[in-house]
Amino acid sequence: MANKVRVATTSLAGCFGCHMSFLDLDERLVALAEHVEFDRSPITDIEHASNCDIGLIEGGVCNSENVHTLREFRKNCKILVAVGACAINGGLPAMRNFIPLEECLSEAYLDGIGVENPQIPSDIELPLLLDKVRPIHEVVKIDYYLPGCPPSADVFWKFLTDLLEGREPELDYGLVHYD
Amino acid sequence: MTKTITLDGKTIPFTDGQTIMQAATAAGEYIPHLCHHPEFTPHGSCKLCTVKVNGRNCSACTFPAAEGQDVINNSQELTDDRKKITQMLFVEGNHFCPSCEKTGNCQLQAVAYYLNMLDDHFPLFYPHREMDASHPDVLIDHNRCIFCTLCVRASREQDGKDVFGIVGRGINKNLAVNSASGKLKDTDLDKNDKAAHICPTGAILIKRTGYQVPIGQRIYDHHEINEVTLLSENHHGE
Amino acid sequence: MEHFVQHLCQQHHFQTNHLLAILRAVQARYLHIPEAAIEQLADLLSIPRTQILGVVEFYSFLHLQPRGHYDILISDSITDHMLGKHAIMAYLAERLQVAVGAVRADGVVSLDNTSCTGLCDQGPAGLVNGLPLTQLDNSKIDQIAGLVNTQTPLVDWPSELFAVRDNIQQTGLLLNQPITKGEALQATFALGTSATLAEIDQSGLRGRGGAGFKTAMKWRFCSEEAETTRYVVCNADEGEPGTFKDRVLLNSYADQVFEGMTVAAAIIGAKQGFIYLRGEYLFLFEPLQAVLQNRRNAGLLGNNILGQVVDFDIEICLGAGAYICGEESALIESLEGKMGIPRNRPPYPVTQGYLGKPTVVNNVETFLAAAAIAVHGGDWFAEIGTDKSKGTKILSISGDCARPGIYEVPFGSTVQSVLDVCGADDVLGVQIGGPSGTFIANDELQRKLAFEDLATGGSFIVFNESRNILDIVNNFTHFFAHESCGFCTPCRVGTSLLKKQLDKIIEGHGSAGDVVALEELCQLVKNYSHCGLGQTAANPILSTLERYPELYQAQLKKISYEPGFDLDAALETARRMANRNDAGAHLAQIGEDHD
Repeated sequence: MANKVRVATTSLAGCFGCHMSFLDLDERLVALAEHVEFDRSPITDIEHASNCDIGLIEGGVCNSENVHTLREFRKNCKILVAVGACAINGGLPAMRNFIPLEECLSEAYLDGIGVENPQIPSDIELPLLLDKVRPIHEVVKIDYYLPGCPPSADVFWKFLTDLLEGREPELDYGLVHYD
Repeated sequence: MTKTITLDGKTIPFTDGQTIMQAATAAGEYIPHLCHHPEFTPHGSCKLCTVKVNGRNCSACTFPAAEGQDVINNSQELTDDRKKITQMLFVEGNHFCPSCEKTGNCQLQAVAYYLNMLDDHFPLFYPHREMDASHPDVLIDHNRCIFCTLCVRASREQDGKDVFGIVGRGINKNLAVNSASGKLKDTDLDKNDKAAHICPTGAILIKRTGYQVPIGQRIYDHHEINEVTLLSENHHGE
Repeated sequence: MEHFVQHLCQQHHFQTNHLLAILRAVQARYLHIPEAAIEQLADLLSIPRTQILGVVEFYSFLHLQPRGHYDILISDSITDHMLGKHAIMAYLAERLQVAVGAVRADGVVSLDNTSCTGLCDQGPAGLVNGLPLTQLDNSKIDQIAGLVNTQTPLVDWPSELFAVRDNIQQTGLLLNQPITKGEALQATFALGTSATLAEIDQSGLRGRGGAGFKTAMKWRFCSEEAETTRYVVCNADEGEPGTFKDRVLLNSYADQVFEGMTVAAAIIGAKQGFIYLRGEYLFLFEPLQAVLQNRRNAGLLGNNILGQVVDFDIEICLGAGAYICGEESALIESLEGKMGIPRNRPPYPVTQGYLGKPTVVNNVETFLAAAAIAVHGGDWFAEIGTDKSKGTKILSISGDCARPGIYEVPFGSTVQSVLDVCGADDVLGVQIGGPSGTFIANDELQRKLAFEDLATGGSFIVFNESRNILDIVNNFTHFFAHESCGFCTPCRVGTSLLKKQLDKIIEGHGSAGDVVALEELCQLVKNYSHCGLGQTAANPILSTLERYPELYQAQLKKISYEPGFDLDAALETARRMANRNDAGAHLAQIGEDHD
């Protein structure tokens, strides 16, 4: 067990689609489990990443909590990987970048159709939104990128097996997709 | 006697008046490009087709082939730099492939795949750009325009219309259409015009056709742009 | 307006080539280019409206939204900054009650920055409705604010506000003994055009714009073209920050410049010439017209010049605020009334230039020198200078020196010798050839001004030890991003990326890899750009990075990474709207325990 590679995963401003795609590894997950153990991730109950070899980040950075999570991962993962379109360029959540945040919040909480009891939520438990959604490489240093929306299970497999077998990860033509 | 140039060590023929791009394409050698199209006047702006001619960087699509040129097209340096130029095109606009109808059929994307581009490398600009959905059959999404001017040239040179123009300076360049309202619906663009079909990205789209071919079964999902381009451009040349 | 535009087009014979001139007139009259004017012009000139819109959006002095009745622009050149531009601008904004970049609500006045106005030896400088304001200080601004607020017509403003001085500090071969009017033409006709061309060849004269192509060779190529309609163009789009010698030459030596053009025309067989005058030199337009008219009256322009079978005339075309138009093929595009986008080469202008015809484009100073050579002969000129750089160079000296102004020095002079004469003893470094040239440090002052060593179009900016190199580089880098024409990807996007990356480092958000990333980007922009602008846009960074790497490194945090934007500021809108200011409503720029 001690020699297993510790992997943590999380989704920031994402849809967990990349995680679903990861699960599409299906029976290859069993093979993977022989070499990998999961730290913080939706499939464990570990709340904070610690002492990991690989961190897989899905989603871009849209709020203050995302920043804290991302930093925790950076601090605790030797290799940090941007997984999927949103982590790489902000993706669909970043399409709000063309509307000023003030308008977004007003529309959602103050004057949009069907809003009752208009007020901006204000609770110290709630993370605040950043003015723009950012790709994660604009907040912390990123070591590898796995493009795709989502990256296919084959991408995860190729990338992780390359790493596990000590090769520099490479994605061939068929594995590079942005959609 | 046939005149020749050397391209990556191979001797290839050319005829007077041909550009390096034309000679290479005819010889079955792919030079990456986005703003070039064999049917229209070369433009030389995207700079993806930069090759080294006797050690000097030149745009293959505009530079005339000349006897004895030693041209380098495939080198690690050129591939790395072409990738960065492609990344520049991605960050200056808003290219969200998952939400774009053109995905899989997009030449910008395909060139990026070809160059093994995995990230944007540079900070994203997230410019504020508009959409023009006013025309009944054709849509412009300015977020995806890379200023290649193919629509401008196609409209002028083939459709005889001058529907499009690139206006502005520097990073504030934008695609404009020739109508008082500035809307596409008030131009004389027809959906069968060449200009409506020439866009290498998803900036100009024909409405109601985007998902006729499912994602995953599109051109560049299965074929690299070098094969596709050589096939279609040599066909055009015949 | 309809009548005005109609009349204007008639005056210009409905020529599309005159679009820029027409638009300048519309802008001057209506403070912008109204939509209706675009529509009407498209109709009258039979061109697509996108072509007109393209031109309007391309040039800094044309606007789609109205400017104020008094449109005030302050020069953003580094030399103006060194003379207190920042404070001047702030005071002006306060006195006029208008924000920089805005038009005052009553529409009376607008205020903005502009690229170098070519008044570096008498800054801080600016323009009001295109006319130069020099040596601005608070009392002049009080005066200007009063004149604006009382809406006094510009013609009634005190003329000293517009005083532009020549500041000729040192003359040499050329400026010592200007030729008399007609002298060069008489000599040319007496000797014959091919013998005159041989003299110019013998002189070794090379282009004075900075690139240094042999003048005689350019003229010969042009004259050997099969096409016989040929043009002579004088490049007076002196846009390189820190350069202003062409302004002085056109102010005080215009006859000799025009004579040089006429000699060129006689040699290459051109009937039409143009002088492309940068928009910032609008104040020279009328005086130059008068010089041209005098020359026509004296038989030095027009048909049968000096009784010979030589017909030639010169037209003045004004630019409208675009540095790129100093590039010869962009200049030709602009002469044709288009956006100033450099052409693909080959073909070169000598084979296909203006309207596709063979065209010689030379700098103001080149024509001045050619006229003198026609009179005095090639050897007279070639005696001075170095092996590869014959004659003298006229320098525009500004910055930290006692006597800024115009200096004519022999090619091969050391930088130190120039510093000695202009009165600069406290020297950190000198920018030679403007932002697109080279920054040299104070341990390189023995280097020579010559094509063999430091090539220059004449810009010579002195910086003393109190100056901050990164401020200088920042100013230049922003300049290029502003002036990129946007044609090619590496320059259009690259100059903006250079600006962002440099800002990141200067603002203290840089970390370990950021200088390397900056240098990589510099190489990319330099090696892949379409024209000289992009190819030199990274020079300010590259030349200082080479000399002062420690300055850049000192800006970097000793961490592996830091965001390039202000994280806490990115929460400001949400914080304000949620009315929060607790610890959780803030973000540190870097994480705790960051490696």
